[in-house]
Amino acid sequence: MKRIKTLTDKTLNSTVVKGGCGECQTSCQSACKTSCTVGNQSCENK
Amino acid sequence: MVYQYINNGYYIVLDVCSGSVHVVDELVYDMIALFEKKDRKAIASAIKEKYGDKYSEFDIYEAYSDIEELKESGQLFTEDVYKDVIVDFKKRKTVVKALCLHIAHDCNLACKYCFADEGEYHGQKRELMSLEVGKKAIDFLIENSGSRVNLEVDFFGGEPLMNFEVVKEIVAYGRSKEKEFNKNFRFTLTTNGVLLDDDVIEFCNKEISNVVLSLDGRKCIHDLMRPTRNGKGSYDVIVPKFKNFVEKRGDKSYYVRGTFTRNNTDFSNDFKEMADLGFKEISIEPVVAAPSEDYSIREEDLPKIFEEYDKLALDIIERYKKKKPVTFFHYMIDLNGGPCVYKRLSGCGSGTEYLAVTPQGELYPCHQFVGIDGFKLGTVFDGIENTDVVNEFKLCNVYAKEKCKDCFARFYCSGGCAANSYLYSGGILDTYDIGCKMQQKRVECAIMIKAALADLEEECRDEES
Repeated sequence: MKRIKTLTDKTLNSTVVKGGCGECQTSCQSACKTSCTVGNQSCENK
Repeated sequence: MVYQYINNGYYIVLDVCSGSVHVVDELVYDMIALFEKKDRKAIASAIKEKYGDKYSEFDIYEAYSDIEELKESGQLFTEDVYKDVIVDFKKRKTVVKALCLHIAHDCNLACKYCFADEGEYHGQKRELMSLEVGKKAIDFLIENSGSRVNLEVDFFGGEPLMNFEVVKEIVAYGRSKEKEFNKNFRFTLTTNGVLLDDDVIEFCNKEISNVVLSLDGRKCIHDLMRPTRNGKGSYDVIVPKFKNFVEKRGDKSYYVRGTFTRNNTDFSNDFKEMADLGFKEISIEPVVAAPSEDYSIREEDLPKIFEEYDKLALDIIERYKKKKPVTFFHYMIDLNGGPCVYKRLSGCGSGTEYLAVTPQGELYPCHQFVGIDGFKLGTVFDGIENTDVVNEFKLCNVYAKEKCKDCFARFYCSGGCAANSYLYSGGILDTYDIGCKMQQKRVECAIMIKAALADLEEECRDEES
């Protein structure tokens, strides 16, 4: 596709099957403590 | 739902429900905006009308086909199907996997914006956590964590290094239990740096997986809001200590974390200052403060704050170009290996997976609720007793919040901070609108940076070949 560059190689939908183990980091244990950010966290169950 | 925006010359299309991110040209950008409203012929006419002969029939045909292909492959115009997939939030069984230990309700600084009231947390007395309470908290965590292997314990305050001996002993106690219970403790610590010496550094490098160092940026900004108890600035005391810490940290994680207020809405300069000091992992957060405080962020500050987020994003790209990358916490976004949709929907886990423990051993939904009437959940000695409040927090998720339903950023903030919502609206299932707008802007910038870095990588590959 010459006019479209897709930066993602998987969809959120694909994580429904394998996700939900809960082993990932709690969002407020990182650097925030005053907001909520989960998009920057990594999956521990790849 | 599709969200489109232009930033730094990039035409970005985010397919919200699949999480797919597409960087497109102006033709595709405009056609995507019309795709669900008009048929193919009407879209072609609209493009002709806007651009004249700039794009041929073939260009339009090709672009349309590409959009159709993305739609068919589930990367564009996808529906939000997760509501039906995710289990009933009320019935979900939760385990505790993280504790914020308020190891010291006391502080050696007197920061003006402190939500912890310098350790007093809404009238609680100044005191340090005993080893007995600390050990009991570790036991409570192990007992209530089910089959979760990775458990997190954050040493928080006040200033946790005012009770450093107990920190060390709690860590040793936790480690002594790991094998027996098949647990892996990840300890973190947040410090203002005043008591940071080589002994602390050595301990942190061995045992603490992430250390958060509080620094607001430029000396004048830092000293204005973070004075010592006798009113002097703390910048000159802590910056050499932080530099020493980072030098010895190796590749272990840390964050130099600042707070910006109405006094420094030009906070891209504070980021620059911190990056120029040599810090590589930086976070700057908007202050959480009652609207009545003169330093609180107001709606009218937002245009300036958005400009600053844009400047900060460009600064980050420049540093990448110079091969001296710096990480900004809120611009880290993992487009391919990020969290699963369950995590993205279920919020931060406060009140369920994540609890705060006071020096007396009382449990609260998170560090920001400590000392607020009605939010005490129980104690580490007797366990959770106030199940009504826990059940209320269990319901905290993206779909429970009316304002999140149509927000493009909902899978990046998972519904936002319950404490911010409570502070601004009186309930935990609402939103803090100013915070939401800043979060949306940060997500936009984070994705734009990914687009710019993809270009840089491509340029590097071209140069190499």
